[in-house]
Amino acid sequence: MTRPGPHSRIRPAGTIQAVAFVAVVAVLPLITGQHWLVSLLVFTVMYAGLASAWNLLGGYAGYPALGHGAFFGVGAYAMAIGTSHLGVGGGYRPFVLIVPIAVGTALVVLPIARLLLRTRAAAFAVLSITLMFMVQTLAYNIRSLTGGSSGLIVPLAPFPAAIFERPFYYAMAALLALTLAVCWVVRTSKLGLALNAVRDDEDRARGLGVQTELVKLVAFAVSAGLTAAFGAVWAYYITFLYPGFAIDPLLALGAILMAFLGGRRTLWGPVVGAALIGPAQQYFAYRFGASQLYLVAYAALFLLVIYLLPEGIVPSLARRLRRLRRASPAAATHDQVATDSIFSAGDLG
Amino acid sequence: MTALLAVEGLTKSFGGVRALDECSFEIAEGSVGALIGPNGSGKTTAFNVITGYQAADAGGLTFRGRAVRRPDPCRLQRLGLARTFQQPRVFPGLSALENVVLGRNQPWHALLRDRVPGPDRRRAEELLDEFGLAAHAHMPAGRLSYGQRKLLEFAGVLMAEPVLVLLDEPTAGVNPIMVKTMEDHIRRRHAQGVTFLIVAHEMQFVMSLCDPVIVLDHGRRIACGAPGEVQKDPRVLDAYLGD
Amino acid sequence: MHLFVQATIVGILFGGVYALIASGQAIIFGVTRTVNFAQAIFTILCAYLSYTLFTDFGIDPFLSILVLVPAMFAFGIGIYVLLLRRLSRSGAELGLLVLYGLGIGIQGVLDFVYKTNNRVITPGYANNSWTVAGYQIPEVRFFAFLLAVAVLGTLQLIRQRTKLGRALRATTQNPVASRLLGVDVERISAIGMGLGVAAAGAAGGVFGMILPFNGNTQYDLLSKLLSIAVLGGLLSMPGTIVAAVILGVVESVVAATISPDWSAFSFLVVLFAVLIIRPQGLFGRRLRGAL
Ligand SMILES: Nc1ncnc2c1ncn2[C@@H]1O[C@H](COP(=O)(O)OP(=O)(O)OP(=O)(O)O)[C@@H](O)[C@H]1O
Ligand SMILES: [Mg+2]
Repeated sequence: MTRPGPHSRIRPAGTIQAVAFVAVVAVLPLITGQHWLVSLLVFTVMYAGLASAWNLLGGYAGYPALGHGAFFGVGAYAMAIGTSHLGVGGGYRPFVLIVPIAVGTALVVLPIARLLLRTRAAAFAVLSITLMFMVQTLAYNIRSLTGGSSGLIVPLAPFPAAIFERPFYYAMAALLALTLAVCWVVRTSKLGLALNAVRDDEDRARGLGVQTELVKLVAFAVSAGLTAAFGAVWAYYITFLYPGFAIDPLLALGAILMAFLGGRRTLWGPVVGAALIGPAQQYFAYRFGASQLYLVAYAALFLLVIYLLPEGIVPSLARRLRRLRRASPAAATHDQVATDSIFSAGDLG
Repeated sequence: MTALLAVEGLTKSFGGVRALDECSFEIAEGSVGALIGPNGSGKTTAFNVITGYQAADAGGLTFRGRAVRRPDPCRLQRLGLARTFQQPRVFPGLSALENVVLGRNQPWHALLRDRVPGPDRRRAEELLDEFGLAAHAHMPAGRLSYGQRKLLEFAGVLMAEPVLVLLDEPTAGVNPIMVKTMEDHIRRRHAQGVTFLIVAHEMQFVMSLCDPVIVLDHGRRIACGAPGEVQKDPRVLDAYLGD
Repeated sequence: MHLFVQATIVGILFGGVYALIASGQAIIFGVTRTVNFAQAIFTILCAYLSYTLFTDFGIDPFLSILVLVPAMFAFGIGIYVLLLRRLSRSGAELGLLVLYGLGIGIQGVLDFVYKTNNRVITPGYANNSWTVAGYQIPEVRFFAFLLAVAVLGTLQLIRQRTKLGRALRATTQNPVASRLLGVDVERISAIGMGLGVAAAGAAGGVFGMILPFNGNTQYDLLSKLLSIAVLGGLLSMPGTIVAAVILGVVESVVAATISPDWSAFSFLVVLFAVLIIRPQGLFGRRLRGAL
């Protein structure tokens, strides 16, 4: 299909959304010179990407993965070890490492994913978080490589102080764009359809000839690889790693919270969720300290989202929008198709 | 006519219950077979074991002349053996159209192509139209009625143009008009060369549509033959009227 | 060899405590089909409460059980009624997330109240031990083991001999059929949840006497409880108990013979090795069967 018709993958509305999003993300850090604000942006963009990457497996395929902290940590440690032990060099050079780290993690994770994906639902959730604890223990114990509990230092990047965060911000933003592009390709392809089928009824999907094993593996590996890429940039930015911090059980929970809040069956949901929670999370952490009332606020928010907005913001908005438009009869039929596919690509919940 | 599907000595126990006990039968190419028997006689279990959803304790099967060692739902479907479930199973979050499109087999390298490509969409729309579901094409399948879900499941199974279709109680729990509709769909597909094996309890439906009729009781095949013969078989009467 | 046997003894004794906590989790999974990701923090919560009762009021941790068990029983019922009941339709994974979130909230409160330094409950007999045939038997662990056996025995009696127990088992096996047979599934699930959380209440005090703890200890304990649950098959009581004792022994033996650093890891390796062979765990049936 060459002409963008109603059934084409590339729709004008989607293109406009994408261009507007890229423009906003590109301009945001230029508005302010305040370091703490830009730093907050870096983390928000990172979480938008992490939530979107998690969504590939947790949302589209419905596999409740709780251990993405493991992949993030692997990416972070790979970056730290690459820069400090392997002597890649400083400046912008470490960013080159992102590619082998992401691809490497995706490949290494395959045999483990095969094992984990033999289980489902609760058992999968349990095993995925168990895997994370295993990686954390390894990070504590292989001291020659990770420095154990005393941690590992990444050489400070030699960027000018006034715009120190910018290279990291743009690296995160580029990764976010890549992640969203991957999500978009998955959603609009047969892969996405197959993953949704797995989510709804995996056994029936098998009986219809869907290659469930293959699509689950792909989703798992890609999700893990992207998560590792974010970890790598984070390590270079934060410059100091220790196991409990780089391999954090709360990371997956944060991503899940954002995906749920925004709408885990949509493309933009995790981004919207991150835009709302990311800054709040940073603020709470600064305000109340690392692990006290911050956790309480976090948990309260989590429960509120699950009970009050189980479907997420984006689908709820989409429905309201559709209802409004249906009220004006002229626009009704055409826009029905448009809103359906913008927000849910036939993936109505 | 050669046997399209041959089942040899299938046995399956659940704890102490023998759901299938040395069960053997054959389905010739181009026939519409019926698998009948009292409740709990092992009909659904037979389907599950044949299509690889449950592993048999003993016995084997041959499909299209090839011995199938370890039946696997995905591989068998790709060889042309499709089935429906006793409780209709659809993908509730996907639209009716996507439910049908999913039935089309895809090679692995096509996974990144369009979610619903033009030709598949047209074919699925035809099927939905044929099954009277065209108006619901874009509705989530979870919102369809019980009967509509049965039809949708059937339509999805046909998308891959299977050689043999196993239908588990296509007529249970639906109104008499729907029973007639089902019968028409089966007849039309049969005329196009599709072979069927159908589990059903409505005797009229079975007797007018199916040949051979295979009767199970306590997991054992107790009769097999033309509907007229089976109807007169004393063992079949015993099984249905209680021992 | 002496070291090995000594470590095995200590491991079995502490394995009993794991078994107690994990059995609570298995009961909860049975009636709600939700993995209780907060079971660890419930245990820690009770460890803190015993700590306070001991240091401020001088109540022995073994006595404070009499208060904590009924309190946690009520707490469990409250959680079921307020949080889990309304989720039953939208899938068990959501319940797991809710309990995980709740656990993190509780940790936040505990960290705020008690700060994050390590605590340990030290009654006079904390470091006593008997010597039997050359082997050391720590008193606290021994009494903890007895306690676990007593509570597990009581639970087993309830499950096997009472009407409530029969309803519990029926609901665990098949909620739909139980409802048809006239079991008030919601009430039974609430009670099951209460019993499961109460098990954590019984274990909290002894846990706090044996290991130093703070809020973050929940992750350590959580990873063990989850491993036990998977290895034991999530639903099976005997499976859970055996898996818990195996964990206790593996952990203790590895700590004594190799290094304490690798004790938790070694059990996870055992877990993954078992899963390669039996995805359903040692005793379990397949979790979500094909049909
Ligand atoms: N997963 C299972 N676990 C335990 N027992 C089972 C299982 N599946 C079936 N059974 C038992 O096996 C026997 C055969 O069941 P099956 O569902 O195959 O019967 P059926 O002929 O399809 O009955 P119906 O006409 O009611 O659909 C029954 O006694 C049933 O209780
Ligand atoms: Mg049946």
